[in-house]
Amino acid sequence: MDRFVFLTFDGLGRGAVYAAFALALVLIWRATRIVNFAQGAMAVATAYVGYSVANATGSYWLGFVVAIAGGLLLGAAVERVVMRFVDHSSPLNGVVVALGLVLVIQGVLGMIYGNEFRPAGAPFSRDAFEVGGIALLSRFDLFVFAAVFAVVALLAILFTRTNVGLRMRASAFAPDVSRLLGVNVGGMLTLGWALAAAVGSMAGMLVIPTELGLHPNAMDIVFVSSFTAAVVGGLDSPVGAVAGGLMVGLLLSYVSGYLGATVAPIAVLVLLVVVLLGRPAGLFSRSAARAV
Amino acid sequence: MTALLEAEQITVGYGAAPVLHAVDLSVPAGAITAVLGANGAGKTTLLRTLSGLLRPAQGRILLDGQDLRGVRVEEMVRRGVAHVPEGRGVVTELTVDENLRLGGLWRKDRADTRRALDEVYELFEPLARRRRFPGHQLSGGERQMLALGRALVGRPRLLLLDEPSLGLAPRVTGQIMALLRKLRDTTGLTVLLVEQNVRSALSVADTGVVMSLGRVVAGADAATLRDDEDMRHAYLGF
Repeated sequence: MDRFVFLTFDGLGRGAVYAAFALALVLIWRATRIVNFAQGAMAVATAYVGYSVANATGSYWLGFVVAIAGGLLLGAAVERVVMRFVDHSSPLNGVVVALGLVLVIQGVLGMIYGNEFRPAGAPFSRDAFEVGGIALLSRFDLFVFAAVFAVVALLAILFTRTNVGLRMRASAFAPDVSRLLGVNVGGMLTLGWALAAAVGSMAGMLVIPTELGLHPNAMDIVFVSSFTAAVVGGLDSPVGAVAGGLMVGLLLSYVSGYLGATVAPIAVLVLLVVVLLGRPAGLFSRSAARAV
Repeated sequence: MTALLEAEQITVGYGAAPVLHAVDLSVPAGAITAVLGANGAGKTTLLRTLSGLLRPAQGRILLDGQDLRGVRVEEMVRRGVAHVPEGRGVVTELTVDENLRLGGLWRKDRADTRRALDEVYELFEPLARRRRFPGHQLSGGERQMLALGRALVGRPRLLLLDEPSLGLAPRVTGQIMALLRKLRDTTGLTVLLVEQNVRSALSVADTGVVMSLGRVVAGADAATLRDDEDMRHAYLGF
């Protein structure tokens, strides 16, 4: 029982990061029908910048803010300079361009920072509190929960309670109609990419300290888990992204805890296959609402 | 009557072959103009060009005598042009209220937008009962009301309507036509109405133009078109 409780909290902590990262994928998918395969590499790039600032100034928090601001800028730049010009006649075009972007970003990071792991510190202790003899959560875990919860809440408010959010949703669902109603659809796309990349950057800053450290490929595995989370939840559903992220986090935690870490990637794959066979549009999609 | 909108010799094509050939059109201010013609005559293309979704390869379009070349689609609504596209253009993922609000987001006068929104709810009572319903749960008639209402929230001077009767019961079509007449009389709204339903269009229109295969083949006041038997047989099919 103790072990189950520990694994549950561990899984939720990890799942919260996947949830945030999956949410970023969903934001871009909804707006452009592109799975942004470059999101992991983009997040790593901004994490390098963030940690450079943190190391130079001695302030983790300044680095944290710079990484997120860097995500906003990088996301906007990628949309304006690259993705806007992708031909949408085939869905593969966006995928290929995004994969190309991964190679470019990881190559550039390797040239600038080198291809070895660099230490990435956490702002809070990662030692878990013990409650009744069970190690539950660390201060850093609590920070992760709080940060992800804040982002999810802010995005929910933005999309459902503000005029900008209404414009962004309308642009994603019906670009031509939105333009006829005076909405700057191109600007909304740029904003969507910027927000998504910023959320991805934050997720990167939350997960990299728990892994081996900074490396151009540091987010590759996180990307795979988060992509699975997004597909399981339904690429069209922000709620599904969060739920899918938590599910994948729990699954990985239980499987590594009870069956061994080597089995974990297979478990994610099995989950993906089962969901795709049973409910291809994802667990939380309203599949009848729209034909793609 | 002075013309609010004029098209001079516009030629438009998707790709190489033109769909519209040197079309001239004059839309008089404060009147309802019907654009009639069979499927494939180029009516929808004409409307999409007038609202800026398509660019003419040749010719020019004037609104209030001002050339619209280079004016972006997003800008048209700020100049008083509202386009209700074919298939109604309701954003089905958004609620009724969100769709209507979307129609007024560009406006600076928040108070008047609020008033316009209330007026639309008064005008279309079924919408008021379904404010929180997503668009995909509405009937065809309700969607038409929503698309029309959303355009009215922007308080347009010129309304471009594409096939408002499509798929609607005759009674609902009649109500919409009556509403257009009322708006013309009370607010001086100018309407350009694209219709395949010739009878209902001519019942409400002041003037009409007939299109065939991308050209304007006739233009006259509505009564003349109604009475011109040869014209009706040749192009309008009744």
